[in-house]
Amino acid sequence: MSEHIEEIHVGGTTGTFLKVWIALLAMTGVEVLLAYEQVPTMIMLTALLGLSIIKAALIIAYFMHLKFEKLSLFLTLFPMLIFCIILMLVFLGDATRIPHMRPF
Amino acid sequence: MSSQSSVATSLWEGGRSPYATNSKKFGMWLFIVSDSLTFSAMLFAYTYSRVTNPDWPKPFDFSPAIIFASMMSFCLLSSSLTMVMAVHAMTHGNRKATVRWILATMVCGATFVVLHLSEWMKLINVEGVTPFKNPWGVPLFGGTFFALTGLHMTHVICGLIYLAIIATGVGRGKFKAEDVEVSGLYWHFVDLVWMFIFPLVYLMSARVG
Repeated sequence: MSEHIEEIHVGGTTGTFLKVWIALLAMTGVEVLLAYEQVPTMIMLTALLGLSIIKAALIIAYFMHLKFEKLSLFLTLFPMLIFCIILMLVFLGDATRIPHMRPF
Repeated sequence: MSSQSSVATSLWEGGRSPYATNSKKFGMWLFIVSDSLTFSAMLFAYTYSRVTNPDWPKPFDFSPAIIFASMMSFCLLSSSLTMVMAVHAMTHGNRKATVRWILATMVCGATFVVLHLSEWMKLINVEGVTPFKNPWGVPLFGGTFFALTGLHMTHVICGLIYLAIIATGVGRGKFKAEDVEVSGLYWHFVDLVWMFIFPLVYLMSARVG
């Protein structure tokens, strides 16, 4: 009866955590290198956001253990969150037009 | 015992947790989702301010400022590793190791706060940046910078207090593995937010040479 309540989720080993940590450090290093090389703004932004999303996914999957939880937990939390964040982009087109609309 | 467990056959017929987590963990996940929307909203406010002001300042020199911020990232990433080791030790019932790993996490977190505050002090006292003005032009820079990094630093400081309470309790034989795991979730979330603030606020404003 109490089996599934007290069930201990052992997900990942010390080796896995170390690998994830090294991957996160390496990606941060690449990001800093991109800043040092002064890559053009749009390429820089795309690369930085891409790397950050991969890093966030690694943290959520392994450190926050979501990879080892039930799929229903992921489906309850994340599609809605991602949808809401994308909705915040709605006015970006207007924001990029504002500098061209200034009278000076 | 076995006859009771066969009563609820479907997950949704009651008597079982549909997510197979305890309620504390699910509550922390809900908090994390809502808090990430708060941080997203602030990052978007920063993005919009920046897009509408093409002469947005790039005040962070590569040599002291960006390397300093990279060290702060290193502290937070390492603190996530030690926190995950704390959760690992607690699920294996090793309370002494758990306390040690949580203390290591707190040291990394405290180092982050000290480095961050010294950076703030330099910006405020030496460069003269306030939320309403700065020496480089667009006044909004200070507002977005202090709001974003300040809210994040508040989360780190709250996390340090949370971890101190958990570590004290675990040392005295209180709390279960799930309590350490829930505090770990919060700590990793703080790290995760920095994974977006560091590139968008610091690296996008880097100045080389």
